[in-house]
Amino acid sequence: MTPFLLGDLAAEFVSVLRTILYAAPYILGYILLILAALALYSLARRILRPASDFRSLKTVTFGDESAVRSNGVASVVSVVLIFVLWAAFTGSALLPSWLHAPGAFTGTGSFTYTVTLPDGRSDDATVEVLVYPRESEAEAPEVAPGEGFAKNDSIAIAEYRSELLRVDRNDELGRDEGAEITAIDGQPVAPGESVRVGFGRVALSGKGTPNIIPATGMQMEPIWLPAPETVWQRLTEIASTGYRNSTLWEHLGYSLFRVIVGFALGAMVGIPLGYAMGLSDWFRGWFDPIVEFMRPVPPLALIPLVIIWAGIGEVGKIILLFLAALWIMAIAARSGVSGVAISKVHAAYSLGASKWQVLRHVIIPNSLPEIFTGARVAMGVCWGTVVAAELVAAEKGAGMMIMVASKFQSTDIVIMGIVLIGIIGFGIDMLMRRAERWLVPWKGRG
Amino acid sequence: MPDLLIDDISMRFDLPGGGIVEALKNVTLHLKEGELLSVLGPSGCGKTTLLNILAGFLAPTEGRIMLGDHRVTGPDAERGMVFQQGALFEWMSVRENVGFGPRMAGVKAAERRETVDHLLDVVGLAQFKEKAVYELSGGMQQRVALARCLANDPDVVLMDEPLGALDALTREKMQGLVLKLWKETGKTVILITHSVEEALLLGERLIVMAPRPGRIHQTYELPFAEMGVGQDLREVKKHPDFAKTREEILSMIWEMEEEIMGRNEGAHA
Ligand SMILES: Nc1ncnc2c1ncn2[C@@H]1O[C@H](COP(=O)(O)OP(=O)(O)O)[C@@H](O)[C@H]1O
Ligand SMILES: [Mg+2]
Repeated sequence: MTPFLLGDLAAEFVSVLRTILYAAPYILGYILLILAALALYSLARRILRPASDFRSLKTVTFGDESAVRSNGVASVVSVVLIFVLWAAFTGSALLPSWLHAPGAFTGTGSFTYTVTLPDGRSDDATVEVLVYPRESEAEAPEVAPGEGFAKNDSIAIAEYRSELLRVDRNDELGRDEGAEITAIDGQPVAPGESVRVGFGRVALSGKGTPNIIPATGMQMEPIWLPAPETVWQRLTEIASTGYRNSTLWEHLGYSLFRVIVGFALGAMVGIPLGYAMGLSDWFRGWFDPIVEFMRPVPPLALIPLVIIWAGIGEVGKIILLFLAALWIMAIAARSGVSGVAISKVHAAYSLGASKWQVLRHVIIPNSLPEIFTGARVAMGVCWGTVVAAELVAAEKGAGMMIMVASKFQSTDIVIMGIVLIGIIGFGIDMLMRRAERWLVPWKGRG
Repeated sequence: MPDLLIDDISMRFDLPGGGIVEALKNVTLHLKEGELLSVLGPSGCGKTTLLNILAGFLAPTEGRIMLGDHRVTGPDAERGMVFQQGALFEWMSVRENVGFGPRMAGVKAAERRETVDHLLDVVGLAQFKEKAVYELSGGMQQRVALARCLANDPDVVLMDEPLGALDALTREKMQGLVLKLWKETGKTVILITHSVEEALLLGERLIVMAPRPGRIHQTYELPFAEMGVGQDLREVKKHPDFAKTREEILSMIWEMEEEIMGRNEGAHA
């Protein structure tokens, strides 16, 4: 550990803090929105429906966990607000323009600069700036040179861009003659400083060249964050025509297929392994070091090794997911077996059950709730792992789709992919929960 | 049905830190067929250990258990057990729980059904056959446990504080049920309890055990169980002998508890 490392880390930490500080006003604004919505909701409720249900008659609600239930209205507003904010900050056509966040400046603007020579003479000239939308192209407007040794200039800049302009390139006396820009729009300025102008900002570089920076507003460029409708369009487009030689359903289907096969294999090996560990001290001793070591190794850390051993095809992916599920399922089965109340086992023996009957009728059913919990965790981990593995290397799959899209800066596809991955992960968890309620209704009721 | 002989049983446990616990020392008892024995004693005097040995879950370090003409070496359907709670199989319905023993023995479904229906009638759970056990109250669950034990028609019924987790009213009702079932089935019953009243009401014979080493301290022959059959148990409690014996046993257990606490304080000082 060198002191340099500590210094580097401190600098990193400071820059993280600075980022958080930049974000603070937005976070604060969001919290205020939440509170404002709450105030509105409370007001509306008080007017529409006077308090009389059981919960509203409670005098102690703060700290009473049972009084806190997820408020459906809040959930709906929250989700709608996400889309509204998304639309507002991307200038989406889904919102009326008065709801948009201030956009980037487009159109024409101008500023004057004042040049001073070493002998004290000075002159003004005007720069016409045309800011054009990114999709179109434009020429710098024609301007008359004007009076004096400093001549007028013009420039065309694409939205969201800034440009350095050598304003002295057409002046009679320029930088080579010792001319320096000393003021912009009448405001004194020195190299390294900047000045607000009508359309944005003009900064002087270290050498004294004006850097023209039109205001970018508060909206996101599509390359950072496309509008919701763009993402939706991309979704319908890819759903019908596919992406990278595969349809959307093939990409998602491949990812799901890998997860299901990997998980199924992991469970098929892991559950018997867990039972063996729960029932025999020899097996427990044998596998404990292996399982306890492999458990904390994140499956993602195995990706490089799996690629070296098995390549980037299906076999490698399935081995990886098999390993991801294996330890989780083994541990779940083991603790399911160890968790059986000894009185239940004793009762079964006293009722005349044989060892096999105890296993079949007591130990296995008793372990099912734990196994289901493990299966839910394992499916979640597998889904995350498959996406990560496809990010690294794959020919098909949800992860591969967004990775390739990011290389081409197709942010819309990336966001669409993330949303789909989230929805599928959520769907898997819902299905597992449904299955759990149906198959092990006694869970937690022992 | 055979007699149960507890023949000079001792049980020692090695402690992890060295040293031993004499959970039982030279315990001898002879239970006639159909007898109901209740067992009292301060905690730690070896009651559960004794029952576990009888059930066959533990092998005694010395001595042996004989049931009729054979020696007890492990758990068997001939010795049924009723636990305090939590020993029902919550993945099975009430009916499946009660039918568990016969099913393990390979009894045909139709025959099993008859036994189960009958027993659930007897314990008053006829309408709850198809319920899940976790939907039942504590008292009902213990009735299921009783029925499940009886479904196997065991020679001996071992009960470790079977009513300990129930509220007072339910407990009284269940005491009546236990007494009724004992009389109707004529089984040998060993009942561990913490309640002196319960031990007096239900036991034909009562032993009070003492700790360190666990042993039989005092034995009583009691008339109350016989009186109580088919009777209101509260009437039995009014009997003058009942109160007298209860006071005697209570002060005996009190003394033992005091002595244990004194010893513990001495050990700490
Ligand atoms: N498996 C065991 N290992 C060590 N000591 C035990 C074990 N089981 C019971 N004991 C000890 O034996 C004694 C009797 O226990 P137990 O039979 O449970 O008493 P009781 O049921 O009367 O409360 C206690 O001192 C207890 O700590
Ligand atoms: Mg006990």
